[in-house]
Amino acid sequence: MKSRRNFIKRSSIATLGALIGSRIVFGNNLPKDYVPVILQDGDPYSMFKKHKEMVVLNNKPWNIETLPHLLDDKVTPNEKMFIRNNGLIPEDIDVNKWTLTIDGESVSNPKTYTLQELKTKFPQHTYQLTIECGGNGRKEFNPPAKGNQWEYGAVSCAEWTGVRLADVLKDVGIKGNAVYIGYYGADVHLTGNPEKVVISRGVPMSKVMEDETLIAFKMNGKEIPLAHGYPLRLVAGGWPASVSGKWLKRIAVRNIVHDGPKMESPSYRVPCKPVAPGDKVKDEDMCIIESMPVKSLITYPKTGAMIDKGKTLNIRGHAWAGDLEVSQMEYSIDFGATWKPCKLEKPANRLAWQHFSATVSFPEDGYYEVWARATDSSGSAQPMVLPNWNPKGYLNNACHRIAVKVK
Amino acid sequence: MIDPERQKILDEVYGHIKTVTRLVFLLIAGVVALVYYIINPSILDVKFNTEKSALVAEAEAPLPEYENGIHLATGFKEGENLQLVINNCTSCHSAKMVTQNRATRDGWLTMIRWMQETQNLWDLGDSEPLILDYLAKYYAPEKAGRRQPLTNIDWYELED
Repeated sequence: MKSRRNFIKRSSIATLGALIGSRIVFGNNLPKDYVPVILQDGDPYSMFKKHKEMVVLNNKPWNIETLPHLLDDKVTPNEKMFIRNNGLIPEDIDVNKWTLTIDGESVSNPKTYTLQELKTKFPQHTYQLTIECGGNGRKEFNPPAKGNQWEYGAVSCAEWTGVRLADVLKDVGIKGNAVYIGYYGADVHLTGNPEKVVISRGVPMSKVMEDETLIAFKMNGKEIPLAHGYPLRLVAGGWPASVSGKWLKRIAVRNIVHDGPKMESPSYRVPCKPVAPGDKVKDEDMCIIESMPVKSLITYPKTGAMIDKGKTLNIRGHAWAGDLEVSQMEYSIDFGATWKPCKLEKPANRLAWQHFSATVSFPEDGYYEVWARATDSSGSAQPMVLPNWNPKGYLNNACHRIAVKVK
Repeated sequence: MIDPERQKILDEVYGHIKTVTRLVFLLIAGVVALVYYIINPSILDVKFNTEKSALVAEAEAPLPEYENGIHLATGFKEGENLQLVINNCTSCHSAKMVTQNRATRDGWLTMIRWMQETQNLWDLGDSEPLILDYLAKYYAPEKAGRRQPLTNIDWYELED
């Protein structure tokens, strides 16, 4: 596996052609870092430039999660960013011909922009935005919920650059009856059927109009990596990552709550009222997830640290709270019997995760767990046990913990 | 004393007799072998088959299909009806979509119906109960509480 990885890494377009067995027509026009689809069965670490410790949950479609200790960077680099795909990554991306169309019932005159027009016509903005998969933490739910079994790592906070969705919609002109937007991307359905839309979700107009809701063309100062939506992506921080549509081609401004694939019940929905674990819930009793709940991760040290008796342990990590801000951060070494405060930084901007740190002392040698708990600006804190069960296993924001041994 | 000329002739005659005798013996041996082969023709098959299978083994050298009860090509657990599961469940998505999940028979059936209603999965026909048998047996839910002890901890010395 490793030698193959290195081999692919060393390969030029010409050798990629040799690997496929034919010349890649217009190989020179392939975007940098682009991987032809035929190689999407290959080694994901080299294809997507991912850290070797990342965990592949699914290879068709690609779903790859990161580990808490890999998320230690203040701004998540591509190599440690989780990948969540519902379909196949599009091929034949020609940035010179890429356009974004704005249409829908609430648009009188649909308008189409080239990438260049988007970049030059509107002011550009850069924000650090927390994007977490609605199903992050699904693995712990019992009874188990179907889907990719994310543990902790389906979250990132990268720096996104683009234009405000609100600015673009203002330029198009939208009617007063607008309720919701729905995105459409260029990804391909798993069956290969070009008529089938893989996923088309969206947000209500209140979220559309926020300053931080971007049509982004850069991630961490560079072109967006292919697996994360190259060349254009909708980014709405603080909400389930599935509303941040990748490979963005079209935005429909709707006069109803958007009804694209994966908007329908029970996708990305939780019971409107609490249910008992394992209950069957009717489709009409499931409500769309909006802002994600308060949550935090200890990113240093990696779980399993052994230290000598008498030494202190420096811990750090990040905390986020959907549309809200984290107002308090605490840690416990006695399974929640007592909590001590962490130092908590303000976010770089609204919807960016916040960094915390603390110096931990242990009274005697033995096995410990360091638990972390964030509280948001509305007073809601992370639960120590799993939050209420839901049929699809969303929104697990239970406290994160690491194992520590003092010798 | 024999005349040297005569001796030479005698030697030649004896040599011919020896050659003829050898040929006769070889002929008799050949006939015996032929008769044996006619009576028992499989005697040669054994040798040829051995050679043939040795060649096949060298050329194809098949990898083991299973290791520790896991089907190596897909990652599925070894079990009855596995081939049906592979044929029907891995043409659109990877086997990992199945193997990372756990559900009851009802739960697996719900997933199949969802795929049929929204993802173009075909009617599984007579295979459906057999596929469900496999999934419900090998990928059933495990009992767990609201928060499990931490497991698989990879202990390491933390340097300052």
